[in-house]
Amino acid sequence: MYVKDRLRRSMMFVPGNNPGMVADAHIYGADSLMFDLEDSVAHNQKDAARLLVYNALRTLDFGKKETVVRINDLRSGLGVEDLEAVVRAGVQVVRLPKTDSAEDIQECEEHIARIEAAAGIPVGTTGMMAAVESATGVLHAPEIALASKRLIGIALGAEDYVTDLKTTRSDGIELLFARSMILNAARAAGIAALDTVFSNINDEEGFLAEATLIKKLGFDGKSVINPRQIGPLHRVFMPSEKDLAKARAVMEAIAEANARGSGVASLKGKMIDRPVVIRAQRLLALYEAGKITDGMEDE
Amino acid sequence: MKMELKKAAAAGTMESSDIQITVEPSAQPGIELELTSSVGQMYGSRIREVIRETLGTLGVENARVTAVDKGALDCTIRARAAAAVCRAAECEAYPWEAK
Amino acid sequence: MTMEKLENIPHISEISNCGVFSGCRAKRRETFRERSASSDKVLPSIEEAIRRTGLRDGMTISFHHHFRNGDHVLNQVMDVIAAMGFHNLTLAASSLAAIHAPLIEHIKNGVVTHIETSGMRGELAEAVSRGLMDCPVVFRSHGGRAAAIRAGKLHIDVAFLGAPSCDPYGNANGYSRDDDSSICCGSLGYARTDAKYADKVVIITNDLVSYPNAPWAIPEYDVDYIVRVDDIGDPAGIMSGATRYTSNPKELKIARTAANVIEASGHLYDGFSMQMGSGGASLATARFLREKMLEKNIRCRFALGGITGQITAMHEEGLIDRILDVQSFDLDAAMSLKKNHFHHQIGATYYASYLFNAAVNQLDFVVLSALEIDTNFNVNVLTGSDGVIRGAIGGHPDTAEGASMSVVVAPLVRGRIPTIVRHVGTVVTPGEVVDVVVTEQGIAVNPRRPDLAEKLAAAGLCVHTIEELQQKAEALVGVPSPIRFKDKIVGVVLYRDNTVIDTIRQIDEDET
Repeated sequence: MYVKDRLRRSMMFVPGNNPGMVADAHIYGADSLMFDLEDSVAHNQKDAARLLVYNALRTLDFGKKETVVRINDLRSGLGVEDLEAVVRAGVQVVRLPKTDSAEDIQECEEHIARIEAAAGIPVGTTGMMAAVESATGVLHAPEIALASKRLIGIALGAEDYVTDLKTTRSDGIELLFARSMILNAARAAGIAALDTVFSNINDEEGFLAEATLIKKLGFDGKSVINPRQIGPLHRVFMPSEKDLAKARAVMEAIAEANARGSGVASLKGKMIDRPVVIRAQRLLALYEAGKITDGMEDE
Repeated sequence: MKMELKKAAAAGTMESSDIQITVEPSAQPGIELELTSSVGQMYGSRIREVIRETLGTLGVENARVTAVDKGALDCTIRARAAAAVCRAAECEAYPWEAK
Repeated sequence: MTMEKLENIPHISEISNCGVFSGCRAKRRETFRERSASSDKVLPSIEEAIRRTGLRDGMTISFHHHFRNGDHVLNQVMDVIAAMGFHNLTLAASSLAAIHAPLIEHIKNGVVTHIETSGMRGELAEAVSRGLMDCPVVFRSHGGRAAAIRAGKLHIDVAFLGAPSCDPYGNANGYSRDDDSSICCGSLGYARTDAKYADKVVIITNDLVSYPNAPWAIPEYDVDYIVRVDDIGDPAGIMSGATRYTSNPKELKIARTAANVIEASGHLYDGFSMQMGSGGASLATARFLREKMLEKNIRCRFALGGITGQITAMHEEGLIDRILDVQSFDLDAAMSLKKNHFHHQIGATYYASYLFNAAVNQLDFVVLSALEIDTNFNVNVLTGSDGVIRGAIGGHPDTAEGASMSVVVAPLVRGRIPTIVRHVGTVVTPGEVVDVVVTEQGIAVNPRRPDLAEKLAAAGLCVHTIEELQQKAEALVGVPSPIRFKDKIVGVVLYRDNTVIDTIRQIDEDET
C-alpha cells in the first residue's frame, strides 16, 4: 500500500539488474528506493532485471523505505510486462518515465487496476508518480498532476528534457521553466515535486548548490544516484537551528494564545498569520520526521 | 504451467553477489545440475534447492543446468534461474504471482 | 702510593672486585674506518652465520613480520637451513604471510616440524587446515607472544631479523637514515623482543651503513651476526605508498556510526587515547573522529598501534600529540617515524604484554575488525566461514582487554557469508572484553556494559540486541550448512595470558 504524504527528500536510483546494489539499497538512509528497469538496464537484460526486481520486492525487507520501480515506457512494449511483475510483487509506487500527457497516466493506471483486480489485490493499492522528461510533458504538467488519484508526485528527468530543448545542462537556468512548472503543477494538485538527478558524484559543491536551489524553490526532494549524496541532501532539507527556534516560538505563541482563550496570537509585536503558522508546523514536522528517519541508526 | 525448453540460454553474471545460470534442454529425465559456488560448503545444498524449486514452479522437468555462484541471495538465484528458463523456452508470458 | 696487597685493604671482602690489575687489553691502532670494515660480526653468507650461531636440530628459530607479504628473508634463510640438512626445527615467526608458501615443502621434508605464530594466510594456511602438520600450530596474540618469550615459555635459539639498514656492529633500523629511496618498513617493534631474548641474533640487511646507525630500533649488543644480501624484500609488498581512505559507502556508513558511538560513550574528550585497526571501516573511523575533534576543538593525547598515514597526518596537523608505533603499515607512517620526534617506536612487550602495565592498558578505545562475531560477542579473526585458517590474531585480544572500550566494526554480511553468527568458528577474543559491535545495519552493545548502552541511548543512537543482528543476517543469507571437520586438531589458540582458549580442527573435504 502506498502512502501519499511522507518524507521524500531523497529517492535513490538502484540499477535493477545489479543484485548487490538491490540487496544493499536500504542501507544508506534514502527515503525512497527507486529500482530501475528502464535506462540503466541494457536492452537485452530487461527480462532479467524485471525478474530480479520482482523477486527482490517479494523477498527482501526494505524497512520503512518507500519502494518505487521505474518501469519502461508503455510505448516500448516492455512497460506492461514490467507492471504485471512489480504490481503483483507489491511495489508501493510505479514511476512512469517520459510522461507527456494526462492520457499516459490514465493508460498506465488502467493497466495497474486491471492487474490488481486479476491478482486479487485491492484496486487502488499501488501508487504512481510521473516523470516528465520533455517539453510537451512540462507544458502538460498541470493536467498530468491531476490525472490520477494514485499520483503521489511528479518528477523532472533533466537529461532527456534538455536534449528535447536542444540545449545542455549547465548552471541550471536551462531547467528554470521546467522546475517552476512542475513545482506549481504539483502544488496545485496537492502532490510532491521531485527534482532530477545530479550525475557528477565527485562534484560535492555542485550537488550542494543544486540541492539548496531546489529546496529554496520549494521541491520536496531530489533523486540521487550514489549513497554519498544522501547525507548532504538531507542536511539541506533539515531546518537550521535558527529556523527551528523561530518555528518553535510561533507554535508557543499559538499555544499561549489558545490557553488565554484568544483567537489572536502575536510574536514580537506582530500578529501571526495563518500561513506563518502552517509553515512553522510544516518545518517542525519535517524536522521531527527527519530526526526519526535519520536517527543515528536506520532500521 | 509448463515451459518447454527450446535452446540453451543463460542469465546472470559472474559479479560478486550474482549467479550465472545456464539452462538447456535435456533428453534425460530430471534436472541435471552442476554447481560451482564461492560459498559451496555453506550454501551449496540450499542453492541447489532454490534452483530446482524455481524450475519446478515453471514446470520444467527435464533440463541440464550449470550454475556459477558468487554468493547470490535466494531471491537473486530465483530470478536468474527463471530468466534463464524463460530465455531457453522463448516464453511470451511469465506466470507472475501476487505476494 | 704503592699498591697494597689486597688482603691488606680493610673490608676487602665486602668490596666487590675482580682481583689485582694485571694489564690492559691491547690497543687497536688502525683508524675507526678500518676497524668498522673488519668487524667480526659481519659474515659473508647466511650459511656461515647459521653455522656460527650453533643452530642444531630441534631448536627454535624466529622471524619478524614487518615486511608483510613482501618478505624475502624467511624464505631465503629457510632454503639455506634446509640445504644444510637441519631437521625438526620450531618456527616461531611473529606472523606468516601468503608469500611464505614455500614452507610447505620444508614442512613435508621435516625441516620444520612445529610452528608458533600470530597468523597465516594463503597456501600454507590452507595446507595446515588440511592436516599438513602432526603437531598443532600454536597461535598467539602479539602481547601473548611477547609474554611467552619473556616468561621462558617460548625460547628462541636463533632469531633471523631482516633490517633495511644495519651498521657493522649490529645497530639495526627499519629504514635508512641516509636516503629515502631504500626499503622502508618503519617500526621494528616485534623484532625488538626477539633481539632481546633470543640466544643468537642474526641481522639480514641489504644496506650496511657506517657506525653508528643511530637512533636504532635494535641495539648492537643484542646482535651477534650480520649478513648483507642483495634482496631482503619487495617494496611493493612491504608497504603501499599510502593507505587510502575507503570510498566504499557501506564501510563509510559503518565508520561514521562507530565514530558516533565513540562520541556518545564519553571517550572523546580533550586528551583521549586511541588505537585504530587497519581495515577499511576501522581506519575510516579515524576520518570521522577527526571531524568531531575539529568541531569540539580537542586533541588526542596518543595513538597506538598499527600506525598508518592517516594517523601521522593527524599528528602533523596537531590533532594527535604522540604516536606509539609497534608496526608501520605504510610509507607515510614509516617516514613519519623517521622524521617526527614524537612518533615513537615501541616493542611488542611495551605494546601489549599482559605481564606489564602495557600501553594497551592506557587506551580509551580501540576499533577492531572481525571475520565473525557471535551472539556472545566472541570474535573470530583467524578462520574463515569455511573453517580454513586465513587471518592473524595480531593485537586483537590484547587491545580488546586493555582498552576501556572495544568497538568491533564489520559489515552484517560479506556477500552471502554472515558476520554475525550464533557461534564463531574459532574464539580468538572472548566476548567478555568485546563491548560494542557496529554494522551498517545496526549497533549492538554487550549486556555486560549497561553503562555504555545507557550512554548510547542518551545520545539518540538506535541500539539492537546482538540476537536481532544475527537474525537479520540469517534472514538475508539463510541458515548455512555446518562445516564438517575431522577429529585432528591442527591449531591451538592461546589467549593473551597463554591459556588455551580454543582449538582449530582439520577441515573435512571428503565427499559425503
